[in-house]
Amino acid sequence: MLLALLSDIHANLPAFEACLAAAASQGAERLVLLGDFVGYGPDPEAVVQRVIPLVEAGAIAIKGNHDAAALRQDTGMNPTAAQAMAWTREHLSPTARQFLSALPMEVSDGSHLFVHSDGSDPSAWHYVTDVQSAGASLDATRAHVTFCGHVHVPALYCKMGAGKITAHRPTTGVAIPLSSQRQWLAVCGSVGQPRDHNPAASFSIYDTATRALTFHRAAYDAERVAQRIRDADLPESLAARLILGK
Amino acid sequence: MAKQVLASGSVIGGFQVVEKLHSGGMAHLWKVRSEATGETLLMKVPVVHEGEDPAAIVGFEMEQMIMPRLKGPHVPRFVANGDFAEQPFIAMELIEGTSLLPMLEKLPLPVAEVAEIGRKIAMALDSLHRQRVVHLDVKPSNIMFRPTGEAVLIDYGLSRHLDLPDLMAEEFKLPYGTAPYMAPEQVMGQRHDFRSDFFALGCLMYFFATGERPFGDPQKLKGLQRRIWEDPKPPRQLKPDILLWFQEIVLRCLEVNAARRYQTAAQLLFDLANPGQVALTKRAHKEKRDGFFANMRRKSEGLDSLIDHPHEATKGLAEAPIVAVAIDIATMTPELSATVRQTVMRIIERSSESRVACLNILKLNRLALDSSVDEEGNNKHVARIVQLKDWARTLEVPQSRVSFHVLEATDPAEAILDYARSNTVDHIVMGARDNSTMRKLLGSVSGKVAAEAPCTVTVVRERKDQDSASS
Repeated sequence: MLLALLSDIHANLPAFEACLAAAASQGAERLVLLGDFVGYGPDPEAVVQRVIPLVEAGAIAIKGNHDAAALRQDTGMNPTAAQAMAWTREHLSPTARQFLSALPMEVSDGSHLFVHSDGSDPSAWHYVTDVQSAGASLDATRAHVTFCGHVHVPALYCKMGAGKITAHRPTTGVAIPLSSQRQWLAVCGSVGQPRDHNPAASFSIYDTATRALTFHRAAYDAERVAQRIRDADLPESLAARLILGK
Repeated sequence: MAKQVLASGSVIGGFQVVEKLHSGGMAHLWKVRSEATGETLLMKVPVVHEGEDPAAIVGFEMEQMIMPRLKGPHVPRFVANGDFAEQPFIAMELIEGTSLLPMLEKLPLPVAEVAEIGRKIAMALDSLHRQRVVHLDVKPSNIMFRPTGEAVLIDYGLSRHLDLPDLMAEEFKLPYGTAPYMAPEQVMGQRHDFRSDFFALGCLMYFFATGERPFGDPQKLKGLQRRIWEDPKPPRQLKPDILLWFQEIVLRCLEVNAARRYQTAAQLLFDLANPGQVALTKRAHKEKRDGFFANMRRKSEGLDSLIDHPHEATKGLAEAPIVAVAIDIATMTPELSATVRQTVMRIIERSSESRVACLNILKLNRLALDSSVDEEGNNKHVARIVQLKDWARTLEVPQSRVSFHVLEATDPAEAILDYARSNTVDHIVMGARDNSTMRKLLGSVSGKVAAEAPCTVTVVRERKDQDSASS
């Protein structure tokens, strides 16, 4: 089965639509949404309303730290994120809040683990940014592949037995066969706020039959979303970083 | 892991086992027959024992990842992978014949023969590198030849695909490679430099032409590291009849700092295919090894500072293009000639390693055998070379990077295409024939070249009718 993995949509509806369309044209059969549906971007309500029917149709959706923060007042966010979060809370309907609050922290089918931050302690919102943090996550699970987001920069890590962790910076569009001999951790990048100097939205496709993982990009009109961020009086830095992809 | 016992007659993953061809330390090779197609194939099965060298398994995993991605005549065609959960294997095309290994008994070989072997291997490396793979284990036993002549690189167990995770890199502290052929940067643990393969090919050519390995066959890491500060004997010291151009090519391949080697396989291939055009440096004239003090000075610099550390392994491919420019001296107007020159300069201006091959076609009569000497007794070839050099005189490129070639042919387009294919040219530049009866009568050479070339083609035309266009 072809899984489409989308993470960190961050209230960016055009980026989300671009990834959904690109995933569909790749033949994706099941959607996995790895959390952070809201926060930063100008369309939190519209994104959640787009996600709800997808989940009803079988998509997996996981809770992210921004989704959790949208439901309560006190969070340890940086000033920019906190300002955007305060705005986000005012723009979510009760239905949307209810949907976000019901999201699971992780979903696993034995060989695949889907989680927003990492596999060692999902509610601690650890960032997987290097071989050490990837190792902590891989040590905590027996899943063949862990899929996560949270970091906004696509990456792939693997571990063999008690061996060392290998880090790999994926090349867009190149299918990587994930050997059954080892455990893998894929950081799927961000749909709505990429930070790897490429403003195009990130998503991944995983073929469970051939165990091939491919990182993809979908271009969308980031200028327009940046303008909407400015129109909503959200922090300017959130608009600027969409154009630069950083 | 369920281990199956392979034996003649057994069936594994849709392949019927015929017979064992080879038993190695890392893998066994079997001849098998595909139940689906009836085709006879080669099956590689890793040796899996508890406590065995884990590099064998990781290398096999890498090979399972890399081989399905490879294309072209210079690699064995991939057919299927067997999963580790049942029986790991790789089924691939069976290439008849032997590797270069048995040749070791016949060394040294004549330089012309070694250069031809080297040219074919460079062609294969060009194809592999363009697919973003560094082989990292170029040696006689890993090179075979098709009946049609192409070199085939086998065994990708130590290779690196730049777009795939490098499972070897993090797993092992010791450098992996074959001691006599391993590049200095590979000894230091770098696994992403295409130019490491040129070092290995240089070692192979040195060995084949002199009968001696340039760095021996060291068994320990310390011995391997010596090649970083200790230079080999120049080939001509071992075998004085080796020609200067051959020593130049081999010693350039063996430069410790990869930045001083050939930057692309195509550049190396170009020199091997055009020995008369090799720019000779002091490498060609070197008579003996550097002295004790030079070696000590290098050693004191620290091994790591002597080797190149490229950030981007693929940079070389784009920055060292081979540009072939076809010059039709007889029919080009001075204006078109100048425009072609300008176009070539624009193409190469950003690349310090580019090469320009100036081509002229000496058209032969289709029916009669032409004499290469004209009525006044002048050699036509020499006259054409002189004209090409005159054309290139004002090209702002060091003369060591420009070469001149007169090709005899009945079909000029076919001659240019042949040249581009066999020299892995990146870019062909040629002037368009004037809008004349000539083109109507003879057809367009540039049209055919543009349609069939294996690379980019620029057809240069003089700007016409500017006045009428702007009025």
